[in-house]
Amino acid sequence: MAYLNNTELLAHLSQSLGEKILNQEDTFGMLCIEVNRNEIVDIISNLKSDENLKMQFLTDLCGIHYPDNKGKELGVVYHLHSLENNIRLRLKTFFSIEDPTCPTLTSVFDAANWMERETFDFYGIQFQGHPDLRRILNMDSMDYHPMRKEYALEDETRTDKSDKFFGR
Amino acid sequence: MVNIAEQPEGFEGQGFFATKLDSAIGLARSYSLWPLPFATSCCGIEFMATMGANYDLARFGSERLSFSPRQADLLMVMGTIAKKMGPVLKQVYDQMAEPKWVMSVGACACSGGIFDTYSVLQGIDTIIPVDVYVPGCPPRPEQIIDGLIKIQELVQNESLRRRNSDEYKKMLESYHIETL
Repeated sequence: MAYLNNTELLAHLSQSLGEKILNQEDTFGMLCIEVNRNEIVDIISNLKSDENLKMQFLTDLCGIHYPDNKGKELGVVYHLHSLENNIRLRLKTFFSIEDPTCPTLTSVFDAANWMERETFDFYGIQFQGHPDLRRILNMDSMDYHPMRKEYALEDETRTDKSDKFFGR
Repeated sequence: MVNIAEQPEGFEGQGFFATKLDSAIGLARSYSLWPLPFATSCCGIEFMATMGANYDLARFGSERLSFSPRQADLLMVMGTIAKKMGPVLKQVYDQMAEPKWVMSVGACACSGGIFDTYSVLQGIDTIIPVDVYVPGCPPRPEQIIDGLIKIQELVQNESLRRRNSDEYKKMLESYHIETL
């Protein structure tokens, strides 16, 4: 089978998903679609088992925080790779920071396990159904999710830096 | 003639030399330090150069690196210490037997350096006492050798009673380190 390109991939996706695609864009040569969070696991599961697309490799799973997008502050981004078709696809899903939950992808890809733990660690997104949702990189005693924009990057305990020299 | 070590103050006569026990022990200790390298990043690479043939830390009596804290005299912390690494470093320090010295090599170990961020310890002296700080990002091997010579001076001039003093015990307690 010849390699797929983004136009053919989008045609495949439009046919199988239709209205479920809320948004789509083609940036840096990589197709990206936005979908609802309650459909994400089904969609990825179907992409994986689809005989033509064979999106069988989960490259990455990460969180993102846009504090100005009211009602859609938090998001999860999935990167899929079809090794046979030599094509990649990005899926995004956004939800409110008031309800930071997302269904787990571990039932489809085991690789999602640690990636979801990392996303939980840094963004506080609760992956429902995850077998072991603990912090993975930060100290267990940390009491916040540091990649959320409301928290300062700098360490609060540092005393040798004067604010006036650092524009703070 | 090569001067291997300075002779301590004392009384000398024909066939004898008398000095203080402090000085004799300090002299012996300072030229036979066993360092424990705790190298986590680029400063560790500079340390490898320091141990290599060109700079050769062995000239200062620190030939034998101890990779077990239990036999080490000098803890050399070289590199960024993440907050998650902090308890590990403290445990290594706890396992070392007295007398022990600590050398903090590089900006990260001394103050957090450029990593002024939520995940990095802002200086190892927030968790263990430090004897000598070596600045630099990373410091050159000459600076690390200079730091070792400073440690040797401390070792030579330390009173044998220092580690039993109330002051020393209070200092350890301020770091929540158990004393016997």
